[in-house]
Amino acid sequence: MLDTAPAVRRRPGRSAPSGRARPRRTRRGPRYGPYLLIAPTVVVIAVLMFWPMVQIAVMSFQKIGNRQLRGEPAENVGTANFETILGDPLFWQSLRQTVLFAAVAVTATLVLGTLVGLLLNRLGRRMSRFVAGGVMVAWATPPVTAAIIFSWLFGTTGGLVNWLLDLLPDALVGGGWSDYNWFAAPLPTYTVLTVCVVWQSCPFVAVSVLAGLKSLPGELYEAARVDGAGPWRAFWQITFPLLKPIFMVLVVMSVIWDFKVFTQLFIMAGMANRDAFNLSLYAYSEAFGSLNPKLGMGSAIALVLTAILLVVTAVYVRVMVRQGETA
Amino acid sequence: MSARTKGVRKALLNGAGLLVFAVAVFPVLWMVSTAFKPNTEIFSTTPRPLPAHPTLQHFDLVVNGGIAEVPFWVYLRNSALLALGTVLVSSLLALLAATAVARFRFRFRTTFLIMLLVVQMVPIEALVIPLFLDLKRLDMLNSLAGLLVVYIAFAVPFAIWMLRGFVAAVPRELEDAAAIDGAGPVRTFVAVLLPLVAPGLVATSIFSFITAWNEFIFAFTFLDDQDRYTLPIMLQFFFGRSGNAWGPIMAASTLLTVPVIAFFLLVQRRMVAGLTAGAVKG
Repeated sequence: MLDTAPAVRRRPGRSAPSGRARPRRTRRGPRYGPYLLIAPTVVVIAVLMFWPMVQIAVMSFQKIGNRQLRGEPAENVGTANFETILGDPLFWQSLRQTVLFAAVAVTATLVLGTLVGLLLNRLGRRMSRFVAGGVMVAWATPPVTAAIIFSWLFGTTGGLVNWLLDLLPDALVGGGWSDYNWFAAPLPTYTVLTVCVVWQSCPFVAVSVLAGLKSLPGELYEAARVDGAGPWRAFWQITFPLLKPIFMVLVVMSVIWDFKVFTQLFIMAGMANRDAFNLSLYAYSEAFGSLNPKLGMGSAIALVLTAILLVVTAVYVRVMVRQGETA
Repeated sequence: MSARTKGVRKALLNGAGLLVFAVAVFPVLWMVSTAFKPNTEIFSTTPRPLPAHPTLQHFDLVVNGGIAEVPFWVYLRNSALLALGTVLVSSLLALLAATAVARFRFRFRTTFLIMLLVVQMVPIEALVIPLFLDLKRLDMLNSLAGLLVVYIAFAVPFAIWMLRGFVAAVPRELEDAAAIDGAGPVRTFVAVLLPLVAPGLVATSIFSFITAWNEFIFAFTFLDDQDRYTLPIMLQFFFGRSGNAWGPIMAASTLLTVPVIAFFLLVQRRMVAGLTAGAVKG
């Protein structure tokens, strides 16, 4: 762990390393030193992240199309964009698919990731390192590549999954898999997407859980074993309560990542496949997807997405502050 | 517990470990394997795990043109330039800010830290619309510079978060000693702090590198001309245009993926330490 030097880390009342060579009793350094150091970052984040957030909010009440892109001023339309969205069945379908996908993917990621983390903790040192290295490969794969690989695995001609399903007895999985198209309807598309996303996000959960497990005192488990508790009880009575902060953070981060998944779905389904939209793809397609771009509409959808995630973020920030992460 | 049940249990655990390893690695291996297979094997009705007659024809097609109008090395150069630029600038900004956060107590320090947390949760997919308009107004669409600025903003918050632990772990006394020996603040920073946080800098750099190297939506939205495309955009473009040419597609995917995986494995343990630092307080 890196946080091994809390005593060194925060000593209130001491001044900066950027003071003069003399013992630094003056307040010169601290007064503007740290502000100078964070200034570039604050500027970058303010201009490229906070200001655009404000712009999304403003633009969601405007009409911004081809004429505005050519330089005409944006036209205020009040709440028209939101009325259009809320009346659009595609919005509700996208929202439903976003939420369902996040629910399934987050659950699967956490359960599988935790199991892998527990396994890594039980393995011998070299084996554990070997398996962790393999798991990292899934994590490191770029999303574009991951989506393309899974499109290939689930492909119609030469796809490995269809070939395997065809080999299995028909009584079990049914027949005619060899030219089954996984990307023709939303449900199979989302099945492939879930497999792909879970494969990529499990490693982060596994490795975080492993790091947490390593910090737990072994005596607790000894005591539990002496008391006759099995692994199931030991997990729920010792591991889970102690690692609850980690699990909280992992749940929140997974929800956020899976809620706004874009690249993989974009590659697998594309913008023509409107039935398979989630909120990110719906917003993007409204804004850029046609020859008649509607950036105001796109912003309104993005604002809804952001508002939902803001609630989740608030929980996250609260957990982190409670844990003293911002101290 | 007898020695025998212990042995069985160990074998079971190791078996499960190997299974996890196989599942994690298999898709990537399948990609590499397909990239080396001749077309007859790729579309064979009985797929085999490894190419029987390995060939470089797909890599040849990808690297020596034929998949797009622009030579492959142009995409590689664009991606590399963006990734290196992101690493250099975001590391510098992060080092300054991490020093401020780890070494000073100042007003708005907590506010700043909370801002970093919030910013990491912002759905950047949503920001693509306003940033598109902003860059269009500045005439910076379709340019690597415009994209670079955006990537820096995405990489910096996490880099600071990760780096602050490394800076905090450097004993304050070393800096004090340097100061007593007459070193000025800049010298102390360069000669004492920098070498000691270098491992942390490497780890955060890899992360920034991957952020830029893998990024898709912004590059896809902002870049118009093929000679500005980055590797992921080239790959998506190629995939969209010739969806069934799996050999060359997998060869291109391999070229995009292998550098990232290599970097990742290189620093994995440090990175994990950085990611999870402080998640559980001892």
